[in-house]
Amino acid sequence: MTLKKFAVTFALGSVVLLTAGATASTAQSHVNSPDPLLGAPSVASETSNINGITGHAESGKHLYRRFCIGCHGPDGNGQGMNAPWIDPQPRDFTEATFKCRSTPTGTLPTDEDLYNAVTRGFVTTAMPSWRPLSPQQRADLVAFIKTWSPRWAKEKPGASLNIPPETPITIESILHGRELYQKLECWKCHGPEGHADGPSAATLTDSKGNPIKPFNFSTGERFMCGDTNRDLYRIFMTGLDGSPMPSFADVIQPNDAWDLVHFLRTLQVALPNQELTLWQSYRAAHGKDLKPIGPDAAGGAQ
Amino acid sequence: MSKKFPEGANPMNTKCSRWKTILTCAFLLIAIALCDVRSASALPAGKVMAIPAFARKYGLPCSACHTAWPELNNFGQVFRDNGYQLMNDRDSPIWQNPSYFPISFRITPSWHRETTTNQAFDTGNGTFTQAGFDLSGMDLWSAGTIYKNISFVLLPSSDPTAVWHFEAAFIRFDNLKGSPWLNLRFGRFEMDNMISEKRFLFLSDNGGLYQIYHFNVPGSTNNFGYGDNQIGVELAGHSANSYTRYSVAVLSSNEGGVNFTTDVVPGAPPSNRSYDVNLAFSQAFNAPGPPGESGFGQERIGAFAYIGQRPTSYLTEGGAPLVGIDNKPFYRVGFAADLSYKNLELLPLFMYGHDNPYLGTLVPSTQALPLGAEAPTFYGGFLEAHYYFNPQNVALARFEQINVGQQAFNNLGDGSGSNGNITALTFGYRWYPIMFSRGGLALDAEFSRVRTIGQEPLGGISTGTVADPTAATWSNSIYLGFDFDF
Repeated sequence: MTLKKFAVTFALGSVVLLTAGATASTAQSHVNSPDPLLGAPSVASETSNINGITGHAESGKHLYRRFCIGCHGPDGNGQGMNAPWIDPQPRDFTEATFKCRSTPTGTLPTDEDLYNAVTRGFVTTAMPSWRPLSPQQRADLVAFIKTWSPRWAKEKPGASLNIPPETPITIESILHGRELYQKLECWKCHGPEGHADGPSAATLTDSKGNPIKPFNFSTGERFMCGDTNRDLYRIFMTGLDGSPMPSFADVIQPNDAWDLVHFLRTLQVALPNQELTLWQSYRAAHGKDLKPIGPDAAGGAQ
Repeated sequence: MSKKFPEGANPMNTKCSRWKTILTCAFLLIAIALCDVRSASALPAGKVMAIPAFARKYGLPCSACHTAWPELNNFGQVFRDNGYQLMNDRDSPIWQNPSYFPISFRITPSWHRETTTNQAFDTGNGTFTQAGFDLSGMDLWSAGTIYKNISFVLLPSSDPTAVWHFEAAFIRFDNLKGSPWLNLRFGRFEMDNMISEKRFLFLSDNGGLYQIYHFNVPGSTNNFGYGDNQIGVELAGHSANSYTRYSVAVLSSNEGGVNFTTDVVPGAPPSNRSYDVNLAFSQAFNAPGPPGESGFGQERIGAFAYIGQRPTSYLTEGGAPLVGIDNKPFYRVGFAADLSYKNLELLPLFMYGHDNPYLGTLVPSTQALPLGAEAPTFYGGFLEAHYYFNPQNVALARFEQINVGQQAFNNLGDGSGSNGNITALTFGYRWYPIMFSRGGLALDAEFSRVRTIGQEPLGGISTGTVADPTAATWSNSIYLGFDFDF
């Protein structure tokens, strides 16, 4: 074979490849297009907007197929082929119910909430951080996730929670937070010491009826919805929809909420933090004066 | 049936996939027709780095970590860079079901046809052809975490006749001082090649290697192959999303050999007592697309340099070599890129190689160089293209060119200085009908054609002797294999 023939072979092969690519792309688009007879929503027009990035559902669809379909399934209902072996179960996007939101309980999350969830992942679950994907790709995925439920077409996301500046970390704040922990009956699930061993812990189920465990503060694990004090504030003020964790936005005032945040940090004994240091020194001096948290402390924890 | 994904998670039964099967077969036929085929040799072992054990552990599909397995995408790269951890506080094996064991197997039954021209036989000169059914070597992968931030790889690998060696075996201490920029690896491993030959998508005898990763100027005693696993210690680091990556490795100057030899198989020549250094750096960025579109994808560019030494003579006893001495240096430098435009991925690489004249002239460095001796040099590279129709179908093409810049002596072949030049072309198609978290199956079809001036091809088959050292040797592979791992 001469060099000329070799070049012809290369050129011919390239033409075959490119033609095949173009044709197969067309075929692929056809196969993946929603069937209008089935009434499936079009994904082409769906978008998301996160900090100036516009996500496109059509692009997100390809990413979903590559990264998400194994767990969340081809129907977006959390019944992917890996779902039977995953605990907790993957999110059912058709319900449009999301744990980590900045919006009031029962409302849709913002695009940024979904973006943050995709970026952060959920520690202690099979959902990893998708930070390795580009911001654009994550925005595209958010746009596509929103196509699974008709709620996104009918409703608007709730207003994001306004989080006031954090109050000073003082022993008074921690002690008041401890009172709230008793009063709001957080201990019934999370346990008197935050070990997730409260009397109700074993009976909890999520909105799908699957058993679910309360958060164990003592392990030092990160929170599922972020690991800062603001994240913790947001978690119990918005609740974790789909789980037994309710919203306390209508029950406690912002300053009280910060007090509760400060106390919850003291339960994270495996995670060094300012609140814990303060609490441990106070407890060493006044431990015997503290009433235990739990059913026997009806008169107040302090 | 899913409305958006009528084919479900596995599109193997769709009209589209049937079409692609036809395409695959047609592609093969075209390849056969274009090639004056006639020959088979064993597939190189130890090519495999797709690990269903991880997919089983985390419940993710292969496509989460691989553009098309075994090639990694950025998510897989981050996972690997983090020491095979998703960093979700469940990476340590203590969280795994006790029945889980991190082992994967991979092997590829195949049919292939090899042919090489310009070969010398006892009966005369001609073309060497072989064809038939065959097996690849087998990889028995075990990799994972021993504890949080302590990871390992153990890869016993066999050739097709079940002769085993340790293709890779290392322990890695990850995120030292809590920083992703400090990770220490110790053992035998693939260097931090931005374009990995161990995780690429080609399997045929001629196409199943990057020519430039194994090239040395004809006549040189240098046995270095940039694509070969080396043995030593590596300090590597990366940004949180692995967009920025670096690696500094100090390696024994023995081509990854064990037992103070220069190979992993018994009877290999003894090694010397020096060390080589490999440096690699790469940076990725996101290329914005036209207004209203989602961008082109992730682009990565990188550079590398390998500075090494090889012996020019041996300390002997009774004529038997004991240890390599009188070292002389060589180096390889280059740059590479991984460029994406939507579903198209382009992988260009350029490398320049330079050996000390003593390595090219077979003269001990204690003696004077022969008159006219020069430092052997070469340059070249490849351009590889992948077109991903979807995660389960990928078309492949690669063009490679290597030119010898300087022979040690300008008297090889016809004296034109082109002796050893290589031109290679490979087309392929991989279809992944099974791409689950429990296993994977790929149909691999390839056609590869290599032209080598005056020398035997690096891959393919050969008699060991070219008939005419001034002429081009053409070596062709046609390959169809079922590549599976579980």
